[in-house]
Amino acid sequence: MGCGTSCSEKDKQSETALKAALIIQNWYRGRRAQLKTRQRYALTIFQSIEYADEQSQLQLSNFFSFMLENYTRVLEEDSDQSKCAIKPELVTHLLGSNIQDKDRQDYLGLIDVPDSYCGPRLQFPLTFTDIDLLIEAFKQQQILHAYYVLEVLFETKKLLQQKPNFTHTKTSPSKEITICGDLHGKLDDLFLIFSKNGLPSVSNPYVFNGDFVDRGKNSMEILMILFVSFLVYPNDLHLNRGNHEDFMMNKRYGFTKEVLNKYKLHGKKILQILEDIYTWLPIGTIIDNEILVVHGGISDSTDLNLLHRIERNKWKSVLMPPIPIDGDRATEKENKVGTTITARGIRTNGSLSEQLTKHEWEQVVDILWSDPRGKRGCYPNTSRGGGCYFGPDVTSRILNKYQLKMLIRSHECKPEGYEICHDGKVITLFSASNYYEEGSNRGAYIRVSSGTPPRFFQYQMTRATCLRPHYQRVNALESSAIRMLKERMISQKTDLIRVFQLQDCSKSGKLSVGQWAFSMENVLGLNLPWRSLSSRLVTIDKDGNIDYMSSFQDIHIQKPVKEAQYTLIETVYRYRSDLQIIFNVIDSDHSGLISMEEFRSMWKLFTSYYSVCIDDSQIDELAERMDLNKDGSIDFNEFLKAFYVVHKFDKLNKSDTKFA
Amino acid sequence: MADDRSREGTETAVAEFHKKIKEAFEVFDHESNNTVDVEEEEPTGYIRFEKFLPVMTEVLLERRYRPIPEDILLRAFEVLDPAKRGFLSKEELIKYMTEEGEPFSQEEMEEMLSAAVDPESNSIHFKDYITMMVIDEN
Repeated sequence: MGCGTSCSEKDKQSETALKAALIIQNWYRGRRAQLKTRQRYALTIFQSIEYADEQSQLQLSNFFSFMLENYTRVLEEDSDQSKCAIKPELVTHLLGSNIQDKDRQDYLGLIDVPDSYCGPRLQFPLTFTDIDLLIEAFKQQQILHAYYVLEVLFETKKLLQQKPNFTHTKTSPSKEITICGDLHGKLDDLFLIFSKNGLPSVSNPYVFNGDFVDRGKNSMEILMILFVSFLVYPNDLHLNRGNHEDFMMNKRYGFTKEVLNKYKLHGKKILQILEDIYTWLPIGTIIDNEILVVHGGISDSTDLNLLHRIERNKWKSVLMPPIPIDGDRATEKENKVGTTITARGIRTNGSLSEQLTKHEWEQVVDILWSDPRGKRGCYPNTSRGGGCYFGPDVTSRILNKYQLKMLIRSHECKPEGYEICHDGKVITLFSASNYYEEGSNRGAYIRVSSGTPPRFFQYQMTRATCLRPHYQRVNALESSAIRMLKERMISQKTDLIRVFQLQDCSKSGKLSVGQWAFSMENVLGLNLPWRSLSSRLVTIDKDGNIDYMSSFQDIHIQKPVKEAQYTLIETVYRYRSDLQIIFNVIDSDHSGLISMEEFRSMWKLFTSYYSVCIDDSQIDELAERMDLNKDGSIDFNEFLKAFYVVHKFDKLNKSDTKFA
Repeated sequence: MADDRSREGTETAVAEFHKKIKEAFEVFDHESNNTVDVEEEEPTGYIRFEKFLPVMTEVLLERRYRPIPEDILLRAFEVLDPAKRGFLSKEELIKYMTEEGEPFSQEEMEEMLSAAVDPESNSIHFKDYITMMVIDEN
C-alpha cells in the first residue's frame, strides 16, 4: 500500500535528518568549546604576563631600597657627595617624608580658569548636580580644568583624613549597598554601572574596592567622579585603597603618563597631591559587621585589630618595605614576598623612626596583594611577588576570629566578572570588562543587604562598531595575546637561545616539544600551556619536532643605531619599563632630562643589581651615538622610545605595548 | 626489540600527553585545587584531575574526537535541504537545531545564527558558511 512505503520512507527521511542535525550540532559544539578554550588561553597569557610584570615592579622597588642603602653608605664613606647620583630630594621622595599640610592657596596658587574654558565648572560646596555635570562632560570627552581638579583633591584629602582605617556601614532591606571591583580607568564601565544601577545617593550607597586607576585611559575622570561623589555623599560612597593606588604602580601602569599628558602645566602638582591622597584612602569596609571588603585578601596572620589602629598614611608606596631601624649587622631576611631584603644598620635622624614597623607593613601588603586559592594554608604569592596565596582554611579561621561571614575582594580579573570560592565565603569582584583586550572578560557588581544573599550583575562593554561574530572576536583576542607573548620572547631571546642550544646536542636546530616547553617555562617564568600554544609560536615539522629559531623570524627589536651590540639593545628593551621608572624617579624636577653623570652612575647600579653583564663603555658609546648628550644631559624618554619591537607582518611599525 | 621500542615510544607519547593535558587543565583550574567546573549536570559540579587524566589520555591516544571532515558536514546540511536550493532559511535551521538531535540552547542558537545568517536574505548559505569556518580553524 502507498501509506506503508511512504511511511517507512518518511521514517528513513526523518532518521537521516536527525543524523544530519546531530552531526551539525556536534561539530558546532566542538568548535564552540575550542573557541572557549582559546579565549581562556588568551586570558591566561595576559594574566601571566601581568603578574610577571608585577614581580618586576617589586624587584624594581627592591632596587630602590638597595639604592637608598647605597646612598647612606656613600654618604658615610665618600666625602665628595656631589658625585653621588642619588640626591637628597630623591631620598625624601622615595622614603616619603611627610609633606606639611599645605593650605588651599598652596594648591590653587595663581591658577586661573580662563573664560574660554568650556568644560565643566564645579561649584563648591558640591551637590549632586555637580556629579551629573561631570558625567555629562566626560561623556563628551571634556577634560576638567586643573583648578577644579586641585580643589576636589584638596577637599577629598581633608575629608579622607577624618575617616578611620576601616569604614563601618550598615544595610537594611530598603537600603542595599552596591559593591564594585577594579575599574582601572575604564570610564565606559562606570557609566554602564551607573546607568544600570543608578547614581550614588543616600538611598543608593556604593563601595568601590580599589584599583580605580592605571591601564585604562580615563583614570583621571574616574577619580574625579568618585571623589566628587564622595564629597557629596561622604557617608554613602566608600572607597577602599587598591594596590594601584600607589605612585610607584602609576609610574609603570600608565596613570602618571595620563595625568602629565592631560595636564601639561599642572600635572606635577596633581600627582604630588594624589600620592598623598592614596595614603589616606581607607584600607577596607565592613558591612553589617558581617562582610569584609578589601582589595586583595588576607593572610593567616591578618590582624584586623592592629589594622584598625595603625597610622595608614605613614608610607607612600606599599611596594617599598620600611628601611629597618638600628639593626646591628647585615642580616639576610626572607620575608613574605619571597625575596631577600638585606637589613642593615642605618643611623636614624629621627624621621626614619616614623616608619612603620615591618610587621604593620606586611599586614597592609597582604590586604592589598593577596589572592585566594583552593590549596589549604598560606604561602608566598610567587606570581605577583607580593602578598600571599590564602586557602579556605585561612578564610574560615580569620572570618571566624572576627565573627565575619564573608570576604568580598577584587584584584583578579575573572572571565565572568566575578567568582565565588572557599565554599561561598569569598567573592572576587572585577568591574573592568574587556580588561586585557576586547572580548577578554565581563565585568560585574553586586548588591547586598543583610539577611539576603548577594545579587550579581554582569555586563560587557562592546563598541557599537565592533559587533563581530564570536569567532572573530576570539581570533582578535588570541592574536593580541600571542603578539604580547612574542614580544616577551624576543626580549629574552639571548637567554632562550642559550637554553635551547644546551639541549640541542646534535645542533640540528630542532627540539622535542617537551624540551621546548621546558625551556620556555624556565626562561620566561610563565606558567602557560606551552604544548597547546606551540603551534601558534613556532614551526613544527612533520615528525612533531620544533624548529626553535622559527619564533624569532617575524619579529625583531629595532636597532636605534646600526653599530649597537645586540645584547645591549635587548637588555635595554627588556628593562625599558624599569629604566623608565628609574630615570623618572631620578629626575626629581620632572624636567625630562638627566645629566650624563646621573645616567652613568644609575646604569652602573642597575647593571650590578640586575646582574646584567654589559660593559659600561657600551652604554656610553650608545648614548653618544644616539647624539643624546649634546649638552651633557639625556632626554631619557626619547632614549627609551628608540627601543621597540617590529612585527614583520604588521601595518603598524611600533609595538603595541600595553604596559608602557 | 621492535615491541620494546614501540612500547617505549608509546610511553613517551603518554608522558607527553599527560603533560599536555595537565597544562590545559590548569588553565581552567583557577583555584589551583585540581578541579574544574563542569557545565553539565554532574552531582558535584566539578571534575577532579585524577579522574580526568586517564580518560583524556585514552581519547588522545586513540585519536577520538577528531574534527568532523568538511565534506561530511556539507552532506549533513545538504540532507536538510532536499530541494537543493543551496541554502536553509533561518526558520528552517532554527527548527532543525532546536528540535532534532541534541537540541541547541537559545544561547547556542543565537550564537550560531550570528555568524551563519546572511542578513540580506535571512538565510544560511551553508557552503560558504562551512568554508569560512574551516578557513578560520586553520
